[in-house]
Amino acid sequence: MSDATTFGLCASALIGLGLYGLIVNPQPLRKILAFNVIGSGVFMLFGAIARRGAAAGMGGDPVPQALLITGIVVAFSATALAVALLLRLHAATGTATLATDPPPPAPAPDRDA
Amino acid sequence: MIDVLNLMLAALILLLAAETVFARGAFAAVAGFVAYGLLLTLVWLRLQSVDVALTEAAIGGGLTGALLIGAARRLRGTEAAAVAERPRLGTRLVAALLSATVALALAVCVLVLPVPVHTLAPDVAAAMEVTGVGNPITAVLLAFRAIDTLLEAIVLLFALIGVWSLAPDDSWNGRPGVREASDPNGILAYAARVLAPLGIVIGTYIFWIGADHPGGKFQGATIMAAMWLLVMMAGLADAPPIDRPWLRGLLVAGPLAFIAVGVVGMATAGAFLAYPPGVAKPLILVVEFALMPTLTLILGLMLLGAPQRGAAP
Repeated sequence: MSDATTFGLCASALIGLGLYGLIVNPQPLRKILAFNVIGSGVFMLFGAIARRGAAAGMGGDPVPQALLITGIVVAFSATALAVALLLRLHAATGTATLATDPPPPAPAPDRDA
Repeated sequence: MIDVLNLMLAALILLLAAETVFARGAFAAVAGFVAYGLLLTLVWLRLQSVDVALTEAAIGGGLTGALLIGAARRLRGTEAAAVAERPRLGTRLVAALLSATVALALAVCVLVLPVPVHTLAPDVAAAMEVTGVGNPITAVLLAFRAIDTLLEAIVLLFALIGVWSLAPDDSWNGRPGVREASDPNGILAYAARVLAPLGIVIGTYIFWIGADHPGGKFQGATIMAAMWLLVMMAGLADAPPIDRPWLRGLLVAGPLAFIAVGVVGMATAGAFLAYPPGVAKPLILVVEFALMPTLTLILGLMLLGAPQRGAAP
């Protein structure tokens, strides 16, 4: 089994794992994490395909490899924006939930209101 | 032949991904994710992509990890409430079925990838000489697909504006992050004093070597940004208020210089971002030098988040 096949299969499993986490984990932070797992799986799949393109003395096709660098940086900026949104939600409402009907904030100091 | 190292690496990665998805606490999940990012770096090395490995180690593992650890710490109080929101067994079964189907379909695609392989490597090797750059990845990033890199720089800028726009009204134009208490004799301050100069040298080296060897502005800028963050965390410096003209000027300088080079190409070589023959390397250097401070500042500021402290006098 070549490098490309091994990590291509690993990437497929990562995308599946991440997708499950994205659907099932209720916390937004966990969804961001799961989304990053999907993202890295997609990158790895692309990298495995780039590896198959080894030619002309290069270990892989440089065009997808360069796009991967761009992709990793853009994924970071998207994650930073998502985290900033989440922290703002937390600062504004005191909870971090995506539920339409948010549960009462868990044991808070002032419960008599 | 089955490579044992590859299989072990793949198994470890899957284990850590599972830890990230299934861990009980958010903090454990983030810790799993950071280790996962570092192992991905090894995968990139196995896939013969040293440039991607450097980016993954710096950004995928390092910066994203730091960002998520900070978020997990601040959201710790909300975790107990989330347990009640856990979806029912039926939903989880459907999700598992869906995810397994997607993973299987992708695996089948991997196994039946077409042969012969389509590759652009020979084209890049043939055209690279014109650019005067020795690293094929840099040639792709700054010559053949320069438009992608330009748009990426602009995406980063927009993401930072998006992060900033989440500031509460009274903090707009203030300083992002919290002011760290300074302990001038503490170990963190010591580490920041010793590591920052070394890190700046390494960052500059990785930036400069990128023309001919693995490295480049993204990796170099991330190391620079990490050093800046370290100095701020140690309380030796404070984050600048976001309304400073020098700061805003540097943030747009990189993309503007890139666009200017593109317009020069329109006038002299007949296409946006085309380089006239003979001066490709100097123009690439102009773009790299202009982008470096912009990227360093954007990456660092993005990690600090929205302004939280009132506008500076």
